Amino acid sequence: MTDAPAPAPTPARTSPRARLLAPRTAVTGTPRTPRLTRQRRQRLAADAGLLVMAAAFVVPLLWLVFASLDAKAKLRVSPPSSPTLDNFSAVWTDEITFTPMLNSFLICGSGTLMTMVCAALAAYPLSRYRSRYARPYLLGVLFTTCLPITAVMVPVYSLFVQINLIDTMYGTAFFLATSQLPFAIWLMKNFMDGVPVVLEEAAWTDGANWFQALVRVIVPLMGPGITVVTIYSFIMMWGNFFVPFMLLLDPEKLPASVSIYTFFGNYGVVAYGELAAFSILYSTPVLLLYILISRRLGGGFTLGGGVKG
Amino acid sequence: MSVTKAPAAPREPRPDEPPVRQGRPYESARRYARWLPVAPGTVLLLLFLIGPIGYCVYLAFTDLQLTGQANASFVGLDNFTRAFGDEDFVNAVVLTLVFTLVSSIIGQNTLGLTLAALMQRASKTVRTVTGAIVICAWVVPEIVAGFLLYTFFHRRGTLNEVLDFLHLPDQNWLFTLPILAVSFANIWRGTAFSMLVYSAALSEIPDEVTESAQIDGANAWQRLIHVTLPMIRRSIGTNLMLNTLQTLSVFGLIWAMTRGGPGNRSETLPVFMYDQAFNKALIGYGTAVALLLLVVGGLFSVVYLRLMREEV
Repeated sequence: MTDAPAPAPTPARTSPRARLLAPRTAVTGTPRTPRLTRQRRQRLAADAGLLVMAAAFVVPLLWLVFASLDAKAKLRVSPPSSPTLDNFSAVWTDEITFTPMLNSFLICGSGTLMTMVCAALAAYPLSRYRSRYARPYLLGVLFTTCLPITAVMVPVYSLFVQINLIDTMYGTAFFLATSQLPFAIWLMKNFMDGVPVVLEEAAWTDGANWFQALVRVIVPLMGPGITVVTIYSFIMMWGNFFVPFMLLLDPEKLPASVSIYTFFGNYGVVAYGELAAFSILYSTPVLLLYILISRRLGGGFTLGGGVKG
Repeated sequence: MSVTKAPAAPREPRPDEPPVRQGRPYESARRYARWLPVAPGTVLLLLFLIGPIGYCVYLAFTDLQLTGQANASFVGLDNFTRAFGDEDFVNAVVLTLVFTLVSSIIGQNTLGLTLAALMQRASKTVRTVTGAIVICAWVVPEIVAGFLLYTFFHRRGTLNEVLDFLHLPDQNWLFTLPILAVSFANIWRGTAFSMLVYSAALSEIPDEVTESAQIDGANAWQRLIHVTLPMIRRSIGTNLMLNTLQTLSVFGLIWAMTRGGPGNRSETLPVFMYDQAFNKALIGYGTAVALLLLVVGGLFSVVYLRLMREEV
């Protein structure tokens, strides 16, 4: 399916044994050896296949870029005849952009901060001490990472109404922090296991207590790991629509994920160009953050062993 | 709180240490005190996750309505019997199964594996560009993805434009086949995750293994079935698990594209749950549906834990 069909090997040159004995990397032969052409043909086929898929994937993203620059944006992808930034200046207002974005930053920022502080504190004993309760606790944490949060939202709504947390930004931040916490604890513990205990012992010898050791020795050493978990949590919260959609009512408090929906969704989506422009503004922070962590991890991002196969 | 610790080895080699000798209360108090840092996180989890789940179990057996708190009474299994007799609920279950099967198990999984396999052979430029595009679709917030694919599948949108160009009959996708439209949207959005998981898994297969299969005369297809797939079996399990759980709880994407409509033809369980609880004001009934979702998610989670067990 993904391979170019192998050409029938000419028995003289490429008997299996010869192929086995040929060093894999040294392609010093003339470019006429069937081996090389086969590799090249495979590569071309793979390239072609990937480009076809990339084209299919890029179409909706192209619409986003084109429509945001097109004063008369339509539903279909078409390059703007005269690119303008009018759409951006149209949404560049308090009501559409600044208030929701600020709310998003407040809610997701404080939520991420809570998640990280709690996860770092909880991961420390789990990683450093032995106890018969540690394993069940971690298994419980891992179990909750998988629960569909969507399903909990109806009871959470009723609960928030009863304890007066409904329609408060800090209540929403608390809930978002909790929803990311199990995964963050799990990853932090894994990263912390990778920090040698010897360094901590040196700190203890110098008279540091566990908290000083954690803050001054372990956390700095876990820098890359912590950055990844922080940014990942932030990205997840930033894109979350359902939680603030359920827990916040006042338009003044809505984060961008919900305001984009109420603002454009309720008018049967007419201002396509403005919608596209605001979508770009709203997506930019997470795209930039993602680039930051993927750089940090050398291009790939597999959640730091969180999803090992 | 600041208990200075003697520089003893903090990790005993034995995983289950015997309880400390009684008669040194200070000693055992210290042993418990050092677990205090776990408290803040645990409190948050208990308050906002475990608490609501417990409340969910309680609410599912009541007839609570949005209109007031005073009239909630215990109704036993009424909500559940009602659900299984409710055409809309059965429709939601069927649609959720279709959505999960098409978008997660078939779509994201196969496409992710295909992309990862091709990337191993492709040239660096093409690999980077494709990876960037696919990941971009994943990182874009859910609601934005919903709007983008709404325009793509719209009657006057890009897809019909392409079909016209190829002289194929066009469709009003969001009206005739809304569940397929949202499934494809979910494939577009979620494939990157599978791609990353499988890329990591494939890169761990030593070249010698596939080489030797090739020497033994296995063609590409046989190599895939008999060598590659068995070797990344665990990744496939993990990935299917996580994708399915993710797909079970998709709400924003469907809500932005169709709102569960037209009628109820794209109303998966999360949307149905929301609709019953907030538009029809039946919190108890909506919660019963949520509980069923939670139970399914919980069962999947248990399987996932079994897969991950040696990691803990």
